[in-house]
Amino acid sequence: MLNRRDFLKSAGAVAAGSSLVGLSGCAGMGKGSGGHVVVVGGGYGGATVAKYLRMWSNGSVNVTLIERNTTFISCPMSNLVIGGVKQMQDITVSYDNLKSKWGVRVITDEVLSVDAAKRTVTTAANGTIAYDRVVLSPGVDFMTDSIAGLSGNEELIPHAWKAGPQTILLRKQLEDMKDGGVFAIQIPKAPYRCPPGPYERACVIANYLRQTKPKSKVLVLDANPEITSKKGLFTKAFDSYKGMIEYRPNSELRAVDAKTRTAELEFDKIKTDVLNVIPPMRAGDIATTSGLPLINNRWVDIDWITYEAKGVPGVHVIGDALFPAPTMPKSGHMANQHGKVVAAAILNLLAGEAPYAAPVVMNTCYSFVDDKNVIHVASVHQYDAEKKQPMPVAGAGGVSAAANEIEGKFALAWAQNIWADMLS
Amino acid sequence: MNVKSALAVLCLAGIAGFAQAQDPNIGRNLAATCANCHGTNGKSAGGMESLAGEPKEKLLQKMADYRSGDKPASIMHQITKGYTDEQLDLIAAYFAAQK
Repeated sequence: MLNRRDFLKSAGAVAAGSSLVGLSGCAGMGKGSGGHVVVVGGGYGGATVAKYLRMWSNGSVNVTLIERNTTFISCPMSNLVIGGVKQMQDITVSYDNLKSKWGVRVITDEVLSVDAAKRTVTTAANGTIAYDRVVLSPGVDFMTDSIAGLSGNEELIPHAWKAGPQTILLRKQLEDMKDGGVFAIQIPKAPYRCPPGPYERACVIANYLRQTKPKSKVLVLDANPEITSKKGLFTKAFDSYKGMIEYRPNSELRAVDAKTRTAELEFDKIKTDVLNVIPPMRAGDIATTSGLPLINNRWVDIDWITYEAKGVPGVHVIGDALFPAPTMPKSGHMANQHGKVVAAAILNLLAGEAPYAAPVVMNTCYSFVDDKNVIHVASVHQYDAEKKQPMPVAGAGGVSAAANEIEGKFALAWAQNIWADMLS
Repeated sequence: MNVKSALAVLCLAGIAGFAQAQDPNIGRNLAATCANCHGTNGKSAGGMESLAGEPKEKLLQKMADYRSGDKPASIMHQITKGYTDEQLDLIAAYFAAQK
């Protein structure tokens, strides 16, 4: 078990090699005046909370970030790696600045359980860690068993819906596919992480195949009755790949045969060469195993002022794991926004003050339809005191008029800026 | 009204006043919703406009022009319509105060 002294030692070691921010944080830590927040998960939500807690408290709140992976690899932009436009290194960012510049204690480990009554988390390798408040930003986990034959075969049939080795795997399978091959992608029923992501993937893969293997097919097997995001714009994009992309709504996968990469629908069996199955998903396991209140047994039910799980004080949950407010997407951008609302709420609560009662979040999502042209969807969500949740502002937000190269440049700049906002 | 209920009313008014009007960080919190694209505290990491240190009136005018359509935009005309005038004022003041 990591005790307080060990923690102060490691926090001091971090600050010793760091900027002024880290040093001033160390002074605060010595007195322990500001409290200790544990953040579980270092993705778009968790990394943002960690940085903003340190920044906004001028280093007086101690922050421990526990993340399984040694580097951050972005899901947004990972379709460009799969489409051969970008490399893995282009979507990978280090946690070093969180440590050295912001004085966050980053631990590469896995949290096994949260004890809300004792205010501790139990980790696989670092024992039990005490907190004043904990933020869970666990993303999603897959309900692989809901598709017969899929479990255990994720290397033959990748999801590539968490960026990393799966991204590389799907790229390799596409590179190895023969000209005239069939690539199929299964899109689960909404809600799922990144609503436009699967349609973007179909487009950038078609863009790659058109240039290199033009006899190939891209089959979009959508469990939903229609395209779930930017419908008009993706319909146009699919039309621009006429003869290559075929879109099939209401096509929920029942089973797969991994050896032959066959997709089994209710009335159809489709033999493919590369089969990309994005399974149905739910809140990350740590949320579902910690006894937090779930809606539909899948997503965490929260208070939208503090983002605490309902009835579980001190346990805040953000990002894709939430049961979404109306029209709120599960996106990295939105998780980053949740992270800032929670950082502000926690700092008020630690100081014995009321959290800000009217938080605002907004979303911007850029999707590539080829290697250069992009379409966006945007929305702003204001807290509605009567409905007790954020609601989209009528008349605000919207989509691109048409795919365009200017937004292609903005999309890349978005990535650079949001990664810096979380991690630099 | 007895003393006890009068005190209760005063307390409630105090709490509501505190949460609504006196949180000194509302501008900071609202401005943070812009940072995904425009950089932490409005300091762009590249490819987007920096907002830090821009005069408040200039920022407000720009956002008004996006809203009205006088200034063409790919996305800002849709985003600015999601915030109230008071919120835009707080956001512009926060960015103007950044160095």
